[in-house]
Order: sequence, then structure tokens, then C-alpha cells
Amino acid sequence: MRRGLTRDRLSAPRSRRIAAVAAIGPLIVLTGLLWALAQVDRLPLLDPDGNGFWSLAVEPPLLVLLAGAFFHRFIALGLIRDLSGSEVD
Amino acid sequence: MFATGFLILAACLLAQVIVGDDVWNRSAWRRYFFPGFGFVMGLAMWGVAVLASGSTIHLLAHFTWAQVMMLAGGAHLGLARGKLQHRSWRLTMPLALGVSGLAFLAHEQHGWLYSRSALVHHICGWTLLVGALFPLGAAFRPRSHLFRLGFAVTFVVLAIALFALRDSGPALGSVPSIARGDSRS
Repeated sequence: MRRGLTRDRLSAPRSRRIAAVAAIGPLIVLTGLLWALAQVDRLPLLDPDGNGFWSLAVEPPLLVLLAGAFFHRFIALGLIRDLSGSEVD
Repeated sequence: MFATGFLILAACLLAQVIVGDDVWNRSAWRRYFFPGFGFVMGLAMWGVAVLASGSTIHLLAHFTWAQVMMLAGGAHLGLARGKLQHRSWRLTMPLALGVSGLAFLAHEQHGWLYSRSALVHHICGWTLLVGALFPLGAAFRPRSHLFRLGFAVTFVVLAIALFALRDSGPALGSVPSIARGDSRS
């Protein structure tokens, strides 16, 4: 029982770390979404005929969205997997 | 694009502080990601230097950036790989940030509110100069959460400043006259 209590106490900070890492990507995505809504004029995608390729390919609010999605998919998920699988010494 | 890179780097640095080095370094590609990314951004900076150089000082500033970013990225790749072990190699990071900050400030010859671009240059320059203190501290106290968090926040501020950059926007909202942006020809 004492060992179980110790394991529960040690897993609480670990679950907080997992939650914190899991929240980074979605927070960045949310920031990008809010920015896109706040400054719609910075989305040339809404007027594709009036903009060249570079303006359409590089849209800052969408880049923020992609950054958050990239981080979550390729980095956060792996970290969460490693954190979940780490042994309590 | 560089703003996006800085944002991803900031997220990685923050995650590394949260999970600790032991968990972060479990995956080889994660161990090499941050320094490798920095090295590649340094490589990309050579292209920016050639394409965006409107004057000699612009060229010098961008080339200086490129070199110190590659130096810092390469040194930290060597540290991650284990080929470099001396603690002094970690000082390449504060060197890169400090030199980059000076380069920002040196090649921006207008005042803070001259234009949006000038404002961002000043913000980035001072952020990098002050931000260099964090990796400097982390080089001597690698387990300090304060220095490592500060390092991550530096990149967040840089990313926000760069995302706010527009060629022809005014410095602040609709501030008139001297704060109007100058459009590039």
C-alpha cells in the first residue's frame, strides 16, 4: 500500500507534465485561429485572385496554425508517449 | 518563415524544460532537432542575405547572423552527438544571440517609431541582447529552469515581433505622420 501511495504521488507531477506538453500545440493553434479572426485582412486566401503565389503560400496566421499542429503531431505526441512509459525509480 | 521557425523552437525549448533532459533526449531526432534546426536556419540566412540585401550594412548584418547561427547550431549538434564535451561550447549560443542582437540594432538606422519595420528591428535587437543572458546563465547552470524558460520566452517574443512585421504598415496601429511606414520600392 505504501508503494502504491508513493507511485500515485510520483505520477501526479508526471500527469501534470503530460498535460502541459499536450496543451502547447493546441494553444499555439488557438492563437493562430484567434489571430486569423482578428486580422482577416492578413489572409490572402480569402481573395486568391488578387494575390500572387508567395502571398498565398506564406500567410502568417496559417503559419502559426501549422506550427502548432506540427509541434503537436511530431514532437508532443512522442514526448507524451515517452513520459507515459517512463518508469518510477 | 523565420518567425514560424522561432515559434517551433520556442515550443520545443518549453517542452524540454517541462519534461526534462532525460525524457527529451530519449529520442535521437529530438536531441538533434533544436541544434539542427538552428544550423539549417543559419544556412537559410545566407539566402536571405543575398535576396534581401539593400545595402552593404544589410549584407554584413545578415552574413554575420548566418555565421553565428551556424556556429551555435553546429556546436550544439556536436555537443548532442558527444563529439564536443567542453562546457565552453555552450557559450556559442549566447554569442549567437548577442551578435544577432547587435546586428539588428546596427543595421537599423532609424528611430523606434519611424516605421513598423524599424520598431520590429529595435524590439528584436534588444530582445536578443537581453535574451542572450539566459543561455549564458544556462551554460553555467544547465539545470536552472529560470534560464531555460527565459531562453524559450526569448524565442516566443522574437516570433511575435517577426509575425507583426509588415513592409508598409505604420509603427503602431493608425499612428499618423512620423510613425507611418515607408513602403519598399
